[in-house]
Amino acid sequence: MSPDPVREEPVLSVRDLSVSFRSGERTVHAVDHVSYDLKRGEVLAVVGESGCGKSVTSMAVMGLLPPTATITGSVRLGGRELAGAPDKELQKVRGNDIAMIFQEPMTSLNPVLTIGRQIGEVLRRHQGLNRKQAREKSVELLTLVGIPAPRQRIEEYPHQLSGGMRQRVMIAIAVACDPAVLIADEPTTALDVTVQAGILEVLQSLRERLGTAIVLITHDLGVVADSADRVLVMYAGRAVEQAPVDELFAAPRHPYTRGLLGAVLKPGAHAGGTKRRLPEIPGLVPSLTEQPDACTFAPRCTLADEQCTTRRPGFRAVELTAGADARHKAACWHANTMTKEVVR
Amino acid sequence: MTTAVRVPRTSRMSVGGAKLRALRRNRLALTGGVIAAVFVIVALCAPLIAPYDPAQPDFNNALAGPGWAHWLGTDDLGRDQLSRVVFGARASMQVGVLAVLLAFLVGVPLGLAAGYYGKLTDGAVSRLTDTMLAFPFLVLAVGLAAILGPSLTNATIAIGISQIPAVIRITRAETLRLKHADYVAAAVANGGGDGTVLFGHILPNATSALIVQATVGVPAAIIGEALLSFLGLGVQPPDASLGVMLASAQSFLAPAPWMAVFPGLAIVAATLAFNLLGDGLRDVLDPRGATR
Amino acid sequence: MTDPVLELGELTRHFGPVRAVDGVSITVGRGEVVGLVGESGSGKSTVGRCAVRLDEPTGGTVRINGTDVTRMSRRALRPLRKDFHLVFQDPSSSLDPRMTIGQIIAEPIKLHGLAKGDAVRARVEELLGQVGLRPEHADRHPHELSGGQRQRISIARALSVDPDLLVADEPTSALDVSVQASVLNLLADLQRDRGFGCLFITHDLAAVEFLADRIAVMYLGQIVEQAPTAELFADPKHPYTQALLSAAPVPDPVTQRTRERIVLNGELPSPLDPPAGCRFHTRCPLAVDRCRTEVPELRTLDGGRQVSCHLVAEDGTAPDASSPVHAN
Repeated sequence: MSPDPVREEPVLSVRDLSVSFRSGERTVHAVDHVSYDLKRGEVLAVVGESGCGKSVTSMAVMGLLPPTATITGSVRLGGRELAGAPDKELQKVRGNDIAMIFQEPMTSLNPVLTIGRQIGEVLRRHQGLNRKQAREKSVELLTLVGIPAPRQRIEEYPHQLSGGMRQRVMIAIAVACDPAVLIADEPTTALDVTVQAGILEVLQSLRERLGTAIVLITHDLGVVADSADRVLVMYAGRAVEQAPVDELFAAPRHPYTRGLLGAVLKPGAHAGGTKRRLPEIPGLVPSLTEQPDACTFAPRCTLADEQCTTRRPGFRAVELTAGADARHKAACWHANTMTKEVVR
Repeated sequence: MTTAVRVPRTSRMSVGGAKLRALRRNRLALTGGVIAAVFVIVALCAPLIAPYDPAQPDFNNALAGPGWAHWLGTDDLGRDQLSRVVFGARASMQVGVLAVLLAFLVGVPLGLAAGYYGKLTDGAVSRLTDTMLAFPFLVLAVGLAAILGPSLTNATIAIGISQIPAVIRITRAETLRLKHADYVAAAVANGGGDGTVLFGHILPNATSALIVQATVGVPAAIIGEALLSFLGLGVQPPDASLGVMLASAQSFLAPAPWMAVFPGLAIVAATLAFNLLGDGLRDVLDPRGATR
Repeated sequence: MTDPVLELGELTRHFGPVRAVDGVSITVGRGEVVGLVGESGSGKSTVGRCAVRLDEPTGGTVRINGTDVTRMSRRALRPLRKDFHLVFQDPSSSLDPRMTIGQIIAEPIKLHGLAKGDAVRARVEELLGQVGLRPEHADRHPHELSGGQRQRISIARALSVDPDLLVADEPTSALDVSVQASVLNLLADLQRDRGFGCLFITHDLAAVEFLADRIAVMYLGQIVEQAPTAELFADPKHPYTQALLSAAPVPDPVTQRTRERIVLNGELPSPLDPPAGCRFHTRCPLAVDRCRTEVPELRTLDGGRQVSCHLVAEDGTAPDASSPVHAN
């Protein structure tokens, strides 16, 4: 299902991205040395629980963080460096080459402007289309995201649409200029499952028809299994594991990933009144006020030993034979020796 | 948009401490708070601070300018201006606090009832509020003075009554907002009656808004007192009041401008201080304000 | 059901012209967990609030432990409230931010006079222990705890009165995956130990499968299907149930790739003006003329499960919504 894994240049390349926020006397290290690559037409799911830094990472990539954030590292989009680029340049890039959709479509749409006006505005600003051309293109885009009767819909206001339709409009606006990368931050979390199914299908069709590369930020492992080619698991601001989706679910190599996969409910697993207990991950997510030279998952990990609490594990290939561009990586001292047996 | 920054869950910082710190960072609010505190202390300790008897005339020193003996000068009867400002501030604060207290004692229960019970109760309270708003403050004060005689107490009552509608409104609005909170529903599910819900949950959570309302009410009352005393409807001479002082200064603006300047400055400083403090508290206490 | 703790009979709740709940009958037996599943706008939360009389039903009956509480005054109902309690969806809004955890859990104990003086604190600490927290948590405020811990407090408060009925309204929806697991485990353990009846309201099919003995599926204010959990998952009869089950992605990429998704037409109709006939017909891939005009009854099939669909045969043979014969 993923495009041919040829050695093509990544469209988005994030290297050692770190983000910290100062608030008063405290500093919160929200993201700590995260790296990933994204190829054309690929869907990378970024998974983790609240506070793991998955949203902040994407906001940093988009250059949308407030001035209180300190960002280090590199974000290259199609060979252009975005980290530290002036705001004016980022404005040209945002919406044109990289776009983002959010969890709550209502707050991202202007309630007093028609749908057509809002899509048209983007087209006229970035692509210099005239009013008529913009209108035609808007209808085309609404058709692309599966909105029925688009010619009527462009005359309507956001409140006249359902949540699912609004999210489709947001997607239409985001892909209006045919961006190379679309960041979707929990795009279906606020929606019902029957509506979610439709949105996920729209995202799939975008990558198939337009070759859009998608960063899908989610906490829902069902959505990951449904839509992702590759998965990046984050914990407490760090990337802990990255792998092709099948491999990640079949043979996770980080204890946190294992815990997460074990804790998630699987339909059909409990039928017949056999109420097994669900595996839990003991303990709490650590505070982000420091990023110690140790594994931050160690206090909750059953495999933790002295090495884990004194040295930070690198984000390395899980197979010793694999090279630097390995497809399966984990930040765990025990990743290489961990059995392949799966916790479920 | 999703929240980009999350405070770590293990934070042990108390809400109160954080708010105090935030208030301290707000320079204007801090200045207001300090000046307001000075006024309160001056009002409480007026007899200890005032160098002279504020009502004792000294005709040999009438209309003396500011100097070593009388820092703020004397008035047409030779009374010490500093002492009169200090006692005037005492009267102002007394009215400020008591009028607001009166407004709260009447307004808070009515606002709670209107917001919580709705329907007929709300209708009745709303009509009452409208009626009170339709009655101009001065007409009320003049009427009260005409019936009961002009005095500080009656001025306080008039000012207090004039502030009741605002207190009802803010209490009612807070109650309406809070009565749909899940924890209020939980209190009902706990088996709590109206008393538990209103005084155990809604009122404590409305205090932030009410404190802000109080800091807005005090300066309004101070100005109200000055106005009524200026018109002869409040504090009666020879007792000192900032309003009375301004009234007697009218005839001496050219020869003794300090008679008007210092009480005027005191009024401005007091109202400004409380308003700044109120604005600061609003920013700090109101969660909706914080996200703006 | 010999000894039901909750009986809802033809419950309706209309908000003006909005028919949020329209004739819902559910029975929860002692020690039974009944799942109430539906999407937003189905009216499932309103059913829950009516069941514990936090909302006033406009019609039908609510019986708790056999007592009709539908029209009982709030005052008369207060002493009965020790028999039932609820857990809310959002643990950050269901705990009074100004109170300590100890005060929050102690409130129902004190209101019902279940303990006095020092015994209150002892009871609070016992309850904290039962939900997996430590005694010193009693002196903290809600904002000092994590979302999962807060939901445990909410559960402890609900269980402080030792209720016969617990209504849990989306208790895990606001929580992270790993925290969801621990809260579900806790609810399952407590339910087994204490034997209270539970109405578990959720949109999360996997959670309801884990916890519930029986499941009722709601669509637009009405129950469309009701069956024992295993039967419902193995053999969903109603086309809506089939669509719902097929839409929820399975957290396993290999399985998920082979699954067929039933995509529903159109949008959820407005409860202001629900469709004539079967309420689901506007989105049903199988709808025939009869569905557009005739309201289907909630029929009881052999074996006790219920379904309201014209296309389900008398012997329980159900149509397959994933392969519609009639193009729509």
